[in-house]
Amino acid sequence: MIKAILIFNNHGKPRLSKFYEHYNEDTEQQIIRETFHLVSKRDENVCNFLEGGMLIGGSDYKLIYRHYATLYFVFCVDSSESELGILDLIQVFVETLDKCFENVCELDLIFHVDKVHNILAEMVMGGMVLETNMNEIITQVDAQNKMEKSEFFPFFSFSLSLYRRLSFSLPGRTGRHRQKNVSYCHV
Amino acid sequence: MALKIVKGSIDRMFDKNLQDLVRGIRNHKEDEAKYISTCIDEIKQELKQDNIAVKANAVCKLTYLQMLGYDVSWAAFNIVEVMSSSKFTYKRIGYLAASQCFHENTDVIMLTTNQIRKDLSSPNQYDTGVALTGLSCFVTPDLARDLANDIMTLMSHTKPYIRKKAVLIMYKVFLKYPESLRPAFPRLKEKLEDPDPGVQSAAVNVICELARRNPKNYLSLAPLFFKLMTSSTNNWVLIKIIKLFGALTPLEPRLGKKLIEPLTNLIHSTSAMSLLYECVNTVIAGQYSCSVGHIKSHLLCVQKLRILIEDSDQNLKYLGLLAMSKILKTHPKSVQSHKDLILQCLDDKDESIRLRALDLLYGMVSKKNLMEIVKKLMIHVDKAEGTTYRDELLTKIIDICSQSNYQYITNFEWYISILVELTRLEGTRHGHLIASQMLDVAIRVKAIRVFAVAQMATLLDNAHLLTGNMQRNGICEVLYAAAWICGEFSEHLENPVQTLEAMLRPKVATLPGHIQAVYVQNAAKLFATILKNQEGNTDSTAAQETSQMMIDRLPLFVQSANLEVQERASCILQLVKYIQKLQQKDVEVAEEVSALFAGELNPVAPKAQKKVPVPEGLDLDAWINEPPSESESEDEQPKAIFTKEEPKHSRPRHTEVDEKELARRREARKQEQANNPFYIKASPSSQKVYQEAPGVEHIPVVQIDLSVPLKVPGLPMSDQYVKLEEERRQKERAEKKKKEKKKRKEKRSGRGKKHDSGPESEEDITPAHVVDIVTEEMPEVGMHLSDDVAQEDQNHLPVRVKICICMFCLCRPLADSEKLPVRSHRAAGAPKSSAEDGEAENATPQEPKKKSSKEKRDKKKDKERDRKVRLRCWKHFPPSGHKSDSRSTQSEGRTVVTFLVFPLPRKVCDIQGNLQDGSQVVVSVIFENKSDSFLKSMEFNVLDSLNSKLQRPEGSGPHDGLTVPFQLPPGVSNEARFVFTVQSIVMPQKLKGTLTFIVKNEDSSTHEKLDFKLHFTCTSYLITTPCYSDAFAKLLESGDLKSSSVRLEGVNMPFHHLLARICFHHHFSVVERIDSCASMYSRSIQGHHVCLLVKTSGQTVSIDAKCDEPTLLGNVLDEIKQTFSQC
Repeated sequence: MIKAILIFNNHGKPRLSKFYEHYNEDTEQQIIRETFHLVSKRDENVCNFLEGGMLIGGSDYKLIYRHYATLYFVFCVDSSESELGILDLIQVFVETLDKCFENVCELDLIFHVDKVHNILAEMVMGGMVLETNMNEIITQVDAQNKMEKSEFFPFFSFSLSLYRRLSFSLPGRTGRHRQKNVSYCHV
Repeated sequence: MALKIVKGSIDRMFDKNLQDLVRGIRNHKEDEAKYISTCIDEIKQELKQDNIAVKANAVCKLTYLQMLGYDVSWAAFNIVEVMSSSKFTYKRIGYLAASQCFHENTDVIMLTTNQIRKDLSSPNQYDTGVALTGLSCFVTPDLARDLANDIMTLMSHTKPYIRKKAVLIMYKVFLKYPESLRPAFPRLKEKLEDPDPGVQSAAVNVICELARRNPKNYLSLAPLFFKLMTSSTNNWVLIKIIKLFGALTPLEPRLGKKLIEPLTNLIHSTSAMSLLYECVNTVIAGQYSCSVGHIKSHLLCVQKLRILIEDSDQNLKYLGLLAMSKILKTHPKSVQSHKDLILQCLDDKDESIRLRALDLLYGMVSKKNLMEIVKKLMIHVDKAEGTTYRDELLTKIIDICSQSNYQYITNFEWYISILVELTRLEGTRHGHLIASQMLDVAIRVKAIRVFAVAQMATLLDNAHLLTGNMQRNGICEVLYAAAWICGEFSEHLENPVQTLEAMLRPKVATLPGHIQAVYVQNAAKLFATILKNQEGNTDSTAAQETSQMMIDRLPLFVQSANLEVQERASCILQLVKYIQKLQQKDVEVAEEVSALFAGELNPVAPKAQKKVPVPEGLDLDAWINEPPSESESEDEQPKAIFTKEEPKHSRPRHTEVDEKELARRREARKQEQANNPFYIKASPSSQKVYQEAPGVEHIPVVQIDLSVPLKVPGLPMSDQYVKLEEERRQKERAEKKKKEKKKRKEKRSGRGKKHDSGPESEEDITPAHVVDIVTEEMPEVGMHLSDDVAQEDQNHLPVRVKICICMFCLCRPLADSEKLPVRSHRAAGAPKSSAEDGEAENATPQEPKKKSSKEKRDKKKDKERDRKVRLRCWKHFPPSGHKSDSRSTQSEGRTVVTFLVFPLPRKVCDIQGNLQDGSQVVVSVIFENKSDSFLKSMEFNVLDSLNSKLQRPEGSGPHDGLTVPFQLPPGVSNEARFVFTVQSIVMPQKLKGTLTFIVKNEDSSTHEKLDFKLHFTCTSYLITTPCYSDAFAKLLESGDLKSSSVRLEGVNMPFHHLLARICFHHHFSVVERIDSCASMYSRSIQGHHVCLLVKTSGQTVSIDAKCDEPTLLGNVLDEIKQTFSQC
């Protein structure tokens, strides 16, 4: 089972948090802080597994994380999950985000956290892996987005796309860099 | 209408949407909280509007704020409103918000049941999908119960997208509403074979999770999963299935066997590391039982793991180590061979990897490398920054060193100095751990006390360094140990006055209460020692000064807020005042004061008390006096608390006992201890604590103190010991070679003996100090005797196994005079001398007994070899120099079996416990593993003859073997005893037997068989019995004895050698010797008398013999003849 999925940036600012077990808001923030603390002090070329989050899990749980440019993707999983499998799942997740956002960067996640949630919901459901095939995920996400659009008249969908275009001109957008190295495929 | 909608949309355009909120927050970095609170106010306004679009927008923003840590549960009802919107867009926003912030205690959840049911049955698959996703996060028992049926229907939905979600969510439903599992299970099982791989994967996923909780219920699915495993190509599914098998194999051994092949195939064929790793893991999990097939796959696993660990990818390295630690539990040997690799990982920059390697270290240490490994760890301790990792290192160091009773520590001075070095760690939580180690070592290793006391005194002196930050600092716990050790073993202190002064410093009052209490109590002990030291002096001022110091300093503790400290301090203060009065009258008080703390503390095995049998007629539950009244029990109480808290310190206090009484009691106690087999005695002969090993005295404490610059002055660095230890070992090795000869002579005395501590490793390294509970001598008998006796027919064996069989005839009770303590038996040098200079005949009646009971006779199955053995035995008596060569000439790859026959003093028989009658013989077998492999599952079996039978446990058949109750790592020997019932002893006989065992090394494990023969000679039934000449004469006169005689030609040896040989090999004792004529006597275990008259003239020896059993006599004479024909 996956207990939590966290995305935060290099400064520990949460970009997405998904807990598959209930905690109150304060505990959630504490977990995010603690996880960030554990993960951020690790070098780039050390292993991606981490034991010993005090707040979340216990001895059976591991933090499995990946660091892409400015973002950390952290999965907290128990021993029923394959460590390398989860690493690949993170990779699939990031690649899917990349496809859905057309060259994803931190800003996409900042402004469209709801969309990220929707994509994630097609991959992991209630802490269990639902789908690992990227094309299948994208098909379903696209189909739902299309449905969303069709529910509004053209004016509104125009406003959405207008917004998207505006967001391109935001400062910081130019600094998009993403770890393109996707050769790391265990599965 | 249309206009209204347009207007609503335009309104919306001017509301803040999520993106505006995010941007706003980013623009208000300084007053983020304030900005967000205004936003929340706006959201509250928006939620009040009727427009669902506005509400959905507000909820969407709330979801974001929830992620930032704001409580949004107040909007739960609005979320439910948005969820029930007919538009997918809003519905999705609602469900997302619900999944983020709803939980079991959210009361509005019960309003959602119908809405969710409606969504589940919606014609739009995405409505259903969104509802399922949301439900998976906030399903409650009520929801699960109400919706289980609907979800079950969805499991057969036409769309695979819905099916897989429905299958997955069933797991959550099962968790919340377990009753649903039974009805839903058949359908779930069906889904394992769903045409859609996604659904199939989901079903596998759910069953794996279920099986993790209760594997037993899912064993029946194993064939189905087996089929899936061999057919599926989806690695995700395969991983899950293989993980599931990992959980199932421990329950069903056959499954493990069956899995080996497909798993091995997968390991060979897959390119996916994750799959390979899981396969390896499952193979390991199935390896608790070890058969030949397993060994092959096991080897493959270890190989693959090594590849993983060697990989440059840190993730693979980590996982490799993780899996290794699983192997360590079942097959420590195969991990040990990768020691180099694991030690390398200790230096890895990655903490996760280092921690994993640390875990593995535990099984990796040996006497040889312990110091080196700990040194490495100490370096890491110094470098480590995070306290968590440092604490982990600390506990590991202590774990490694103290494992199995300090088995691997050869130098305790080194260990103490390691512990002292560890006290320098600031802010560690493990002060108490270090303290308990110090106490344990100081108490149990007597030889180390002098050193430990010196170290502890230094620690006390520098206490201020340890207690820099008293409150948070767990390290001050070590002062507890330091104070106690200094007090208890104060006789070893070099400068007790100084230590006493250090213990009574005002700063001590800032220590935690329990430590102060120990300080006070031990100050009193120190005081007693100082008085004793100073009593002899003519000048009594020094003693009085000490008393004065106590009186000056103790009031500080009397005022302590801690009751324990206060109570002890005031008690001791009054005592000291009284002592001072006596001192002023010039009364000698030292003796009586030290009587307060008299008695030595000895380590006793934790379970020893249980083993002491309750004497007959003693009822422990009965009151020994009238039950105490209320008031009395109150008086009792403080005492009980005291003993409870300080169990180690409680001791009888004889304050008012006079000298004589004291001495009497002490004597009585000693007596009692001596008689108590469970009390480890303090006498040097039995305790061998400080083995005067060469090299130990070369560790000069003072020298180290001077040479090492230290943070805490006067503390030796443990590093020094590594070097010193090297030297010591080298010396020892050299010494050992020299000693070899000597040892051979001594070995006769080293008869197999009961061990308190199981087998001792035969490693070359001997410890410099010995932990108390480890007893000293090894059963060495026979190992030397049998050295170059080989069994050619066992040549094919890849392993060398040496079995030495000692036979104890335990039948006849021995006279009181014969009940010699086993130890003194062994220690005596008698056999040497008797054989060397043939004093046997001159010895007192008792003496030859001693000798002969130690050494009787050895027999080989093959006559040719038998001769050799005897020759060897003989040659061992004089200090001849060929001991070492006989060792080296021992050919490789052979198996050696030697039998030794030993009658034992009765005492030992008693220990055996199972022998009451004269027809039992105990055969003691020493198994020594001379191979490099691990031997296990040894079974000892003997083909019974009509006359002799191996005693087997009740219920086993006459052909069953006996399991040898231990395993043998390489180089280790151990002793097992087997009882035989013998009916007639008049004839010699041979019993055929086999020893089966499993040879295990890294790459394989094989069943091996070793045939041997047990030779019960008639001589072996004889017991050396002393006989006085008058009794001997009477016996001969009685006329009950039949006579027989034998003549030996060509015996070319001095007469006394000849006699010694008969005594030694055939268990006779010399009754009388006159010139070249001697009378000898022996008795069989069944009470037959055997008398010999041995005469010699030139090279001819004639033996006239008489015995009440002619057959026995004939056989004994034959054996004697054989002995001499072989010289």
